[in-house]
Amino acid sequence: MFKRSILPVLAVLGVIIALWYATCIPMNAAWTIQQLERSGETMTTTEHIVDSWSQERPRLPAPHQVAAELWDTTVMKSVTSKKSLVYHGWITLSATLLGFGIGTTLGVLLAIGIVHSRTMDMSVMPWAIVSQTIPIIAIAPMIIVVLYSVGVQGLLPKAVISAYLSFFPVVVGMVKGLRSPDAMQLDLLRTYSASNAQRLWLLRLPASVPYLFASLKIGVAASLVGAIVGELPTGAVRGLGARLLAGSYYGQTVQIWSALFAAAILAAGLVILVGLIERMTLRKMGERP
Amino acid sequence: MIISAKNLDLTFQTNDGPVHALKDVNLEIEKGEFVSFIGPSGCGKTTFLRCIAGLEQPTGGQISVNGMTPDEARKARAYGYVFQAAGLYPWRTIGGNIKLPLEIMGFSKAEQAERVARVMELVDLSGFEKKFPWQLSGGMQQRASIARALAFDADILLMDEPFGALDEIVRDHLNEQLLALWARTEKTIGFVTHSIPEAVYLSTKIVVMSPRPGRITDVIDSPLPRERPLDIRDSKEFIEIAHRVRDGLRAGHQGDV
Repeated sequence: MFKRSILPVLAVLGVIIALWYATCIPMNAAWTIQQLERSGETMTTTEHIVDSWSQERPRLPAPHQVAAELWDTTVMKSVTSKKSLVYHGWITLSATLLGFGIGTTLGVLLAIGIVHSRTMDMSVMPWAIVSQTIPIIAIAPMIIVVLYSVGVQGLLPKAVISAYLSFFPVVVGMVKGLRSPDAMQLDLLRTYSASNAQRLWLLRLPASVPYLFASLKIGVAASLVGAIVGELPTGAVRGLGARLLAGSYYGQTVQIWSALFAAAILAAGLVILVGLIERMTLRKMGERP
Repeated sequence: MIISAKNLDLTFQTNDGPVHALKDVNLEIEKGEFVSFIGPSGCGKTTFLRCIAGLEQPTGGQISVNGMTPDEARKARAYGYVFQAAGLYPWRTIGGNIKLPLEIMGFSKAEQAERVARVMELVDLSGFEKKFPWQLSGGMQQRASIARALAFDADILLMDEPFGALDEIVRDHLNEQLLALWARTEKTIGFVTHSIPEAVYLSTKIVVMSPRPGRITDVIDSPLPRERPLDIRDSKEFIEIAHRVRDGLRAGHQGDV
């Protein structure tokens, strides 16, 4: 079972890495050829290939360069160092988690309102949809500026941007989930003359749990994107977004790529974590194994 | 008189125009009776049961349950209702499902546990309290839903084709159990079905209904004794009543076929 699932993944990974190495050659060789023309020296093809995989500031760094940088900036550096990706990752992660918390809470509350009030259904849902059509990169600087002018800075503005991205999938999923009980289940509660609160608590909320988790997986990844985007416009000095920005200022492609990979690994970790909590929760709620 | 309907009318407004679901329905049900409603689809048998339960509002006539309007009776939790499907919550255990109405009605924890144990024994499900619904067969699930309706001890039990989706062997078994349960609890039962043997075997009163508009065509008071072994279905009286029900159903269908 393990072998069957791991082999295809490794095969695809192998193909991607091979393609990556191959792409590095034309991407990086141009610069070397330019240098050689100036100095009048020559290189063999093999030398060209080796050179394109080991430049200090390549246009496209080779996989092993990114891996080495990742290793160097995580394991080899103290976690309190400004050069540690763990340090920057934690800054971004804390904004992500706070934003995810705010976004999820807001999303669930909005969904409960939408399901219970026709007015909210008609008025809130269109705005929630419109909010997601605005590019986050356009609205993020404004959120930061506005919050800064009222004295809020640091973690919270980033968390707000992250919440802005993550509440939407939660609203959509929860509205569907809260409406999932059928007429018969609602009638059953009417025969007990259950209150609205009891109907919400005993039927609608438990019924929406599977929908919630599907939304949370999308929401947590969106939260991370939001936190990183929130670090870009301020020229922040801390966080994965700051690493990306600094890398592009100084042409440090290896740094950019390693920050990108750190973000991707973090996102994957968060989605896997939500998936684990989902499995545990649903198992507890009597899901057929 | 526990349930009484006078000139009851119910018209649904649909996109295809009004549908006359019930027309001029008159019926009286005494305490402790087992009343079956039988008829083809669209004859209003389920609608009538839902009117008794206060889940549907009649557009004309009067109906009273325990001397109250159905809505008041519903709020006073005068009846337990068993639906076509068991409709157990998949995230609750069997015990948790039976406890649901007790939680809603605010019984104490100790009383909840005591009542759950009692009704589970009543429907012969003792030992399955901690199982989840998917771990039980369809017949067991339906028995759990009956236990859920019995848990808060209402005087009236309303059942809407509860065994319709089960195979005949399971159905026979459950019918026998239901009669035993009725004898032990002395409840008034309203039972919707479209099986003639089921209606005749269970009921003290059989209400034959026909569609377009939904109306009562015959009310048969069964002469069968209350004590009914399964083989009573081969007796002469049983066959005679079944025959009369079939005639009633056919009369209601005239011009249709």
